Amino acid sequence: MIALKVNDKSYQVDASPDMPLLWVLRDLLGLTGTKFGCGVAQCGACTVHLNGEAIRSCVTKVSRAQGQNIVTIEGLSLNNDHPLQKAWVEFDVPQCGYCQSGQLMSAAVLLRENPNPTNQDIDDAMSGNICRCGTYPRIRQAIHKAAEMQKEGGKS
Amino acid sequence: MSSKKPFILIVLLLAAIGITIMSFKGAPVDHNTLATLPKDSIGSVKAFMSVYKVLKSARCMNCHPNGDVPLQGDDNHLHTMGVKRGTDGRGLYAMKCSNCHQAENAPGIHTPPGNPKWSLPPANMRMVFQGKTPRQLALQLLDPKQNGGRSKQQLIDHMASDDLVSWAWNPGTGRTLPPLSHTAFSAQVKLWIAKGAYAPAR
Repeated sequence: MIALKVNDKSYQVDASPDMPLLWVLRDLLGLTGTKFGCGVAQCGACTVHLNGEAIRSCVTKVSRAQGQNIVTIEGLSLNNDHPLQKAWVEFDVPQCGYCQSGQLMSAAVLLRENPNPTNQDIDDAMSGNICRCGTYPRIRQAIHKAAEMQKEGGKS
Repeated sequence: MSSKKPFILIVLLLAAIGITIMSFKGAPVDHNTLATLPKDSIGSVKAFMSVYKVLKSARCMNCHPNGDVPLQGDDNHLHTMGVKRGTDGRGLYAMKCSNCHQAENAPGIHTPPGNPKWSLPPANMRMVFQGKTPRQLALQLLDPKQNGGRSKQQLIDHMASDDLVSWAWNPGTGRTLPPLSHTAFSAQVKLWIAKGAYAPAR
């Protein structure tokens, strides 16, 4: 059994240590907000936080996450009220939506480390998250908006 | 008299053992002492040119780029996804090296290679290999202000024993190896320095 802490909740999972964390999250814990995209860390759809870093869960063995702090899109905020989530709604960012949980998890790391990002900072942070619908302009707008909301006292 | 004989024999035996042990005890090991050979500029440069070929191979040079974007593949193309060095060499924001690169190579082709120390050199010590002539690279490697503060012995140790350097010879599926074995490479580094650490003319 492997001990995991996901979204502030403790789990014991019966998994091989080399099982990808993504499989554990989706198939064993039922946290299906995180998506399978490419399976080889090329697209960013599977991005979750491991100790606050935006790791690609499709290539991360569950053994690396054992005893560590994992946050998925389901745990980004208590009531879907993270400034990014609010800005995403305001700008109607998603089209098909498949990549968006990964986009949000990457953007959250950016805003934590750089509360006032430029367009270049956004590109530097987000270029590993692919959106086949091409929602990039709205993602950029929403991140700027979330940064403003964060400064005005929204949750981060 | 005869009662003293065993005692004398034991004393002699212990003395002989002591002398034998002392004779095998080497001089204290000084890790700061470099192995040296007679100065030989031609031999030293020849050894360095073998080292140079390895350092310019994709497995080494791809993480010692001229810009702030790592390289990928045998054609040394810019790392996809626009990954950047960052101050500490470990990437930026959601694009940090260890977000994808694990402690070991991921299985399969076109998957992220791995090592616990996966990173570029830091921004204040960029240690660029790309675009350097043999002379430029040799002088850079020998200069502690440009080589991470390493003495010649530490340079040899780094090339021979550092596990991130060693990764080049265990790069995972689908990646070519440097042109020399790691053992041969380490030997050429030692030879280069032992013969005087000469830099090629160009």
